[in-house]
Amino acid sequence: MTAMTLLTKSEEINTMKPKIALNKKILQSAGATQVSEISGVNVFACYQCGNCSAACPAVEFMDLPPHQVIRLVQMGLTAELLKTNTPWICLACINCTVKCPRGVDIARVMEGLRSIFLRDKFEHINLNEIERRLREDLPQIALIANFRKNLQ
Amino acid sequence: MKKIGVFICHCGINIAGTVDVKGIAEKLKNYPGVVFIQDYKYMCSDPGQNLIREQIRELGLEAVVVAACSPTLHEATFRRAVESVGMNPYECEIANIREQCSWVHHDKTAATAKAEIIIKSVIEKARLDEDLAPVQVPITRRALVIGGGVAGMQAALNIANSGFEVLLVEKNPSIGGRMAQLSETFPTLDCSQCILTPKMVEVAQHPRIKLLTYSELTDVSGFVGNFRVTIRQKARYVDWQKCTGCGVCMEKCPVKVASEFDSQLANRRAIYTPFPQAVPNKPVLDRPHCTYFKTGKCQICKKLCPFDAIDYDQQDVVLTEEVGAIVVATGYDLYGLEHLPEYGAGNIPDVIDGLTFERILSASGPFSGEVRRPSDGKVPQEVVFIKCVGSRDPENHYPYCSKVCCMYTTKHAMLYKHRVPDGQAYVFYMDVRADGKGYEEFYQRAAEEDKVLYLRGKVAKMYRDNGKIIVCGYDTLSGENVEIGADLVVLATAIRPAQGAVELAKLLKIQVDQHGFLTEAHPKLRPVESLTAGIFLAGCAQSPRDIPDTVAQAAGAASMVTTLFARECLYHEPITTGVNEELCSGCGICVAVCPYDARQLHREKHVVEVNEVLCEGCGACAAACPSGAAQQRNFKDAQLINMIKAILT
Amino acid sequence: MELSYYPGCTLKTTARNFETTALAVLELFDMQARELPEWYCCGVNFSQVQDNLMLQLAPLRTLMRAKQTGSRQLLTLCAMCYNTLRRAQQFIGEDEARRATINDFMDHEGGDFTGDEVEIIDILTLLKQIGPDKLQARITRPVSLQVAPYYGCLLLRPRTVAIDDPNNPQIMENLLSAVGCQPVAYPFRTDCCASYQIVNEPQIVHSQTKKIVTSAVQHGAELLVVLCPLCHYNLDAVQAEIARAERTFKTVPVLYFTQLLALIFGLPAALNDFGTHRIDPVPTLKAKGLL
Repeated sequence: MTAMTLLTKSEEINTMKPKIALNKKILQSAGATQVSEISGVNVFACYQCGNCSAACPAVEFMDLPPHQVIRLVQMGLTAELLKTNTPWICLACINCTVKCPRGVDIARVMEGLRSIFLRDKFEHINLNEIERRLREDLPQIALIANFRKNLQ
Repeated sequence: MKKIGVFICHCGINIAGTVDVKGIAEKLKNYPGVVFIQDYKYMCSDPGQNLIREQIRELGLEAVVVAACSPTLHEATFRRAVESVGMNPYECEIANIREQCSWVHHDKTAATAKAEIIIKSVIEKARLDEDLAPVQVPITRRALVIGGGVAGMQAALNIANSGFEVLLVEKNPSIGGRMAQLSETFPTLDCSQCILTPKMVEVAQHPRIKLLTYSELTDVSGFVGNFRVTIRQKARYVDWQKCTGCGVCMEKCPVKVASEFDSQLANRRAIYTPFPQAVPNKPVLDRPHCTYFKTGKCQICKKLCPFDAIDYDQQDVVLTEEVGAIVVATGYDLYGLEHLPEYGAGNIPDVIDGLTFERILSASGPFSGEVRRPSDGKVPQEVVFIKCVGSRDPENHYPYCSKVCCMYTTKHAMLYKHRVPDGQAYVFYMDVRADGKGYEEFYQRAAEEDKVLYLRGKVAKMYRDNGKIIVCGYDTLSGENVEIGADLVVLATAIRPAQGAVELAKLLKIQVDQHGFLTEAHPKLRPVESLTAGIFLAGCAQSPRDIPDTVAQAAGAASMVTTLFARECLYHEPITTGVNEELCSGCGICVAVCPYDARQLHREKHVVEVNEVLCEGCGACAAACPSGAAQQRNFKDAQLINMIKAILT
Repeated sequence: MELSYYPGCTLKTTARNFETTALAVLELFDMQARELPEWYCCGVNFSQVQDNLMLQLAPLRTLMRAKQTGSRQLLTLCAMCYNTLRRAQQFIGEDEARRATINDFMDHEGGDFTGDEVEIIDILTLLKQIGPDKLQARITRPVSLQVAPYYGCLLLRPRTVAIDDPNNPQIMENLLSAVGCQPVAYPFRTDCCASYQIVNEPQIVHSQTKKIVTSAVQHGAELLVVLCPLCHYNLDAVQAEIARAERTFKTVPVLYFTQLLALIFGLPAALNDFGTHRIDPVPTLKAKGLL
């Protein structure tokens, strides 16, 4: 093994995923429970059947499928979730909630995640970046709905 | 004055930790009638009981009060103890100073004062107690088993082999139940009918089993050891004494009806036996589908029967029978596909349930054991099995687990692969529950040897597309949305109680839970008894279970029946309420108030009579009686008044 | 019979065809839908958070205006308005603490919000109540037409506001049969059109539109009918974009449900401005004798 190979190996190590350490401080912290509080959903009813992900029409565009989002909320990893595009790809079509056999309102959890981001950062989109042509062509409800989802 | 002995238990620190038992013993030693009073660590122990016995012998005690735990625990113990030295057991009373005192209070002073009052009141009760003898109730040593599936048959055989007569009632024309519909059983892949039919024949030939098929229970009255049941044997329009089962009528009948036994995949005739191995192997005529009964024409079966066994004038026969015990083994149905709009609501012919697939697999089924699909008879190359359909789904269907589907789906996938080796089987699952003997190994074989692909996730949607069924599901293990173009989809639908079970439970006055499953007397310790004495449970009527558990439970129920029959007679608690005819004015209030129908107004004498055997000693009549003619034995008004006085002073 | 009518913003602009035809159809059955004298934007998306009731104000104020007209029923045509108004009414109405908070905040509304202000009703349910016999009696231009009903999301989900079974709705199919059309069965009639993502993530809309339209056409649809202005845009304008990019893409015209009814019932074609459609429905409608 040459020095070159060794160097490459340690570069790889830096991009590998670290282990997740769990303890009660993390799991019971405000950051971990915030999503449940805002959305009013008990995510611990979820048994990871994946039906929501099977039903989601936009799942192929998401970093993480809906059931994995719920899983990470269960594990208190809200910060990780806020880095994904999933809450912003969500169409709010409520198909996930209707399909859930345990009555977990996944759509509300997505809204909860969006709220946490927006209450902190206020904007997820830049209004000025919307094409003028598009603005004038679209029905108002498209714009208003988009603003309600992406702006605080 | 009656000589009363009082024994106060410490129960370790359970009582003594909160109640000053020694103090009470000291305080009450001069209480009227108390000739002996002592505290002791554990009264229920042998030395504790011996203490009671000694004092009865030495002091000639006439009544005993044991201040201890709840009577439900040791009243019987102490009563046996006093009886062994010649005291009438009903002179022994329990003062509950644990559950009703030491266990519910923290304040020692208040708890001690309360315990003292409790003990005093029970002393007052004992003072006026009378010697009582338990009421003897005869037992009819005959059993009724409702349901002729493997549970009912096993129970019937066990009871009959113990020497008692059994009536076995089955609503279908043949016994055999669901097990007769199965192809092979897990984990051995035994042919189901091959292992079942010997039992069916044994039942049919057993000298002590009276088999009543195509029959239903219509009325029940009475109580344990003494039930009176009414059974309606439906008219089958065939004289089974003359019929030899030759089958000519079935062959020639022109009417075709979708066969219930074959899950509507094949047809039977209007006159039929449900399957070739039926027991009894005699046909019944299904009147609503019979041309003769509808139009007056045809009569082919009657014309062709070589034994002149067809009798269109036959009537239902109503039988009344006396039995001492009843076993309920009514089995299960599968949750109907019509409840599953997400999976086609039963409108897609190639989306079927587990029992239908069993009929397809079965050598005596509609395709003679070749795996073909219902719509076009083609051999499916891609078969999708979906578990937990309607089970574990509190939001839309049933919340519970149906227990057997994990194993039978594994079996289905394996049997499919054995017959169509080039085909591919997929199983959508959330968990695999393989808890029986050999079950885990069986499941591993399916994945390793038969290369069944287990996908962990549910199926959100399916729809027809060009002869295929597009199944849209998810695999959480790989994180992939999965789409399969299936030729056949088998749904493991939820197991639910058989139709008619809830109505039957009402007739028998036994409890069912919110899903219609029969309720057991105690979920852990009394799994084969209902809450009604003399009525026992077996099989899926109580909750979903596989064949070994069913057979074991049926044997358990049979054992409870034979235990009952082994007694000489039943003993009924004598704390019943009689009638003082001199005081009774025949107002009838007590009759209306009695929840057990134990009291009746005698028309001529114009006084009330009581059936001691039905009376449960609830006291409602005694409380309602305006003249005091109804006095409950050892709970007389005088006793209760003295108890109240002792409590209040 | 009079009932109140809440148009919502888009029914006055890009979805004018929906309003004109719906109101005219109702008139045929002696129903006068009276526009609320005062109404506000419903907010479009029901806010699903528990802890910010400000976001519920808009729909609630409209409901209180509706109550003041004295009418028991409030018709709304746009599926998004329907969903938001109903969910807001339930969410605040069902909880005493939330009602108290809202009523404390709203000083100038002339009364308290109670939760049972009006019965919010959608056009399909209203037509179902009219009944298939009456609808059939009004057919002036009987037509043989394969119509694919597109429900979208918000009339069927969540279950608390659903007008029919979300897994197998039949209400539109039944109405189409009643007026002599052949409803087309295809698997994506309740799949989301991707809604507001047309603004920021249009590729999702393109993907959905392509899937929905291709399937409908494959199953023989000659027409697609919708109940929502955003569904209409996504399925119509975006379909046109896809057709421009792919010459072989088979298109199908998209109408509001009441536009189809109006034509079958013989109401004037001038109620519609067909110029607002990107996929021109006129050739199909002419060929079928509806124009």
